[in-house]
Amino acid sequence: MELAVDIDKNQVADYYRQMLMIRRFEEAAGRLYLQGLVRGFLHLYIGEEAVAVGAIPVLDVQDYVITHYRDHGHALARGVDPKAAMAELCGKATGTSGGKGGSMHIFDVDRHFMGGHAIVGGQLPIATGLALAIKQRGGDGAVMCFFGDGAVNEGEFHESLNLASLWKLPVIFFLENNLYGMGSHVDKTHAAGRDIYVSAEYYKIPAVQIDGMDLLAVREATAEALKKVRSGSGPVFLEAMTYRFRGHSMADPVAYRETSEVEAWRVNDPIERFKSFSLAEGLMSEDELAQIDREVIETIEEVVEFAKNSPEPELDSLWDNVYA
Amino acid sequence: MPEIIIREAIAQGLREALDEDDRVFMLGEDIGAYDGAYAVTRGFLKQYGPDRIRDTPISESVIVGAAVGAALAGMRPIVEIMTINFTLLAIDQIVNHAAKLRYMSNGQFTVPMMMRTVTGGGGQLAATHSQSFEGWYASVPGLKVLTPSTPYDALGLLRASRKDLNPIVFAEHSMLYGTRGEVPEEYFEVPIGKAVVRRPGKDVTIIGYSRMAHIAEEAGNRLAEKGVDAEVIDLRSLRPLDTETLFESVKKTNRAVVVEEAWKFGGFSGEIASAIQEEAFDYLDGPVARVNGLDVPAPYNGTLEAATIPTAQRVLDTIEEKFGI
Repeated sequence: MELAVDIDKNQVADYYRQMLMIRRFEEAAGRLYLQGLVRGFLHLYIGEEAVAVGAIPVLDVQDYVITHYRDHGHALARGVDPKAAMAELCGKATGTSGGKGGSMHIFDVDRHFMGGHAIVGGQLPIATGLALAIKQRGGDGAVMCFFGDGAVNEGEFHESLNLASLWKLPVIFFLENNLYGMGSHVDKTHAAGRDIYVSAEYYKIPAVQIDGMDLLAVREATAEALKKVRSGSGPVFLEAMTYRFRGHSMADPVAYRETSEVEAWRVNDPIERFKSFSLAEGLMSEDELAQIDREVIETIEEVVEFAKNSPEPELDSLWDNVYA
Repeated sequence: MPEIIIREAIAQGLREALDEDDRVFMLGEDIGAYDGAYAVTRGFLKQYGPDRIRDTPISESVIVGAAVGAALAGMRPIVEIMTINFTLLAIDQIVNHAAKLRYMSNGQFTVPMMMRTVTGGGGQLAATHSQSFEGWYASVPGLKVLTPSTPYDALGLLRASRKDLNPIVFAEHSMLYGTRGEVPEEYFEVPIGKAVVRRPGKDVTIIGYSRMAHIAEEAGNRLAEKGVDAEVIDLRSLRPLDTETLFESVKKTNRAVVVEEAWKFGGFSGEIASAIQEEAFDYLDGPVARVNGLDVPAPYNGTLEAATIPTAQRVLDTIEEKFGI
């Protein structure tokens, strides 16, 4: 791997910390699920951390992030308070939505983190609308819309790409291709195969496929895409090839793929890879990395304690916010 | 007082919104160069330009979804979906997204979006183009559903909608665009969630909305010729539903019949009948009667289609059969 010229030690530490925070947050969420403290569906982002952390920090505060139901990683990378996020997973009053949204529906209006959408493909039209609002107002804001390989077979995907391209809307369509829509391999669900980015080219949207396990590659491609989007030339499509090390959700026994396939991808663990790079380039020392490891573990312990000790929502809150 | 038709009243309300609020823009199929499938937006493109009158591809889901997104980002989009039949292609955005985002975000977001659409049958457009789904939408918490039947209400409800931060389904009846009525020149609004008594009476309450409000009124007038004094109520809003006006009326008349163009099975008239029976059972002389569209897909043939849609005669027959008056 070549050393990206514009990365400094502080950024390296920050990226490492963010990826590790997501990993440990997800592991803790999985434990809380097994303890019965997190209920419903829980989709872990473990293995895909380099995508969120490589991409989202490139954005400015006024930009928008919108995503699918595997949303914890994106939320944390956008700066959502991990305590409030974990409390939401536990359905607590202190959660990002006071316990009304759950794992799949994390929102943070102050950070322009627009969710957390659990109907596959449903966030793409909304992302198109966020970008339309930017265009209507003028300015160089942008929208980053994440979705998975399952969503590309929905009509909403095609409607959104077509309209965003027609109207030259400032949106990055960010495909996280982890090869499986729930338990179905992309080769069996998408006629064009796993190189999905080519379908964007039909809509005259510039499209690039990147290694989603490589934070620096994601960061570089995102910065390039964002520059293009901000220039007013319309959307850009990025396809990050990535892999979830865990099942689709905690309820998934993962019967549809071979352990050897998972092991092969684990060799490519984005955090280990970034760590090796940092050490090899002399950007971080073993001691510094170990120090971050300890701090993240402490933070996650506090996050879990906060979520566990937070109060349940008041029953009366049931009726709040059905209408404005 | 000047008389205008509903088409003009809606156009006036939309023009006011576009003139007074630069966050307002419209998007929909053929609302611009074509002047609107029902000619409501005639001349809008020329007046307001392509950035505010946005012709879209035939992509209902992204039309509504884009409005949801724009509303989340602080705009005030007004969508036109050519007919309510086509809203089924956008129902994910309407029901799963527009209606849910405020609640699921615990009030962090609002979705001040209006979806105008065209409901109802009677134009020999056959089974896929003649349906009335506003009652379905009314069953969804988080949505408001408005069904004006007069130019006054159409303009007044449009004005009130602009001050409402919730997603609104605004159902215009395809056969009522040419309906004429008085509209004052001075500013007024029609409150959302408030029914209106079209004809006061004491013998039986006839409840309708949209085109069926006119059928209810016609039935009421014909009953008067028979010496029966009917009270006619136009709901105007399905959600929120003005149950108070209904209960007050039934407590006086002791009889009620609900007229609705949608199918009877699972129809909104059942909700109204049930609400009245739960709240005012002791005042009723008999079960609340329902006059609905027949439970068949709308046939193309004019005679067959006409037989499926409630008429004043059917209302009279039902009242005679059920209440003996």
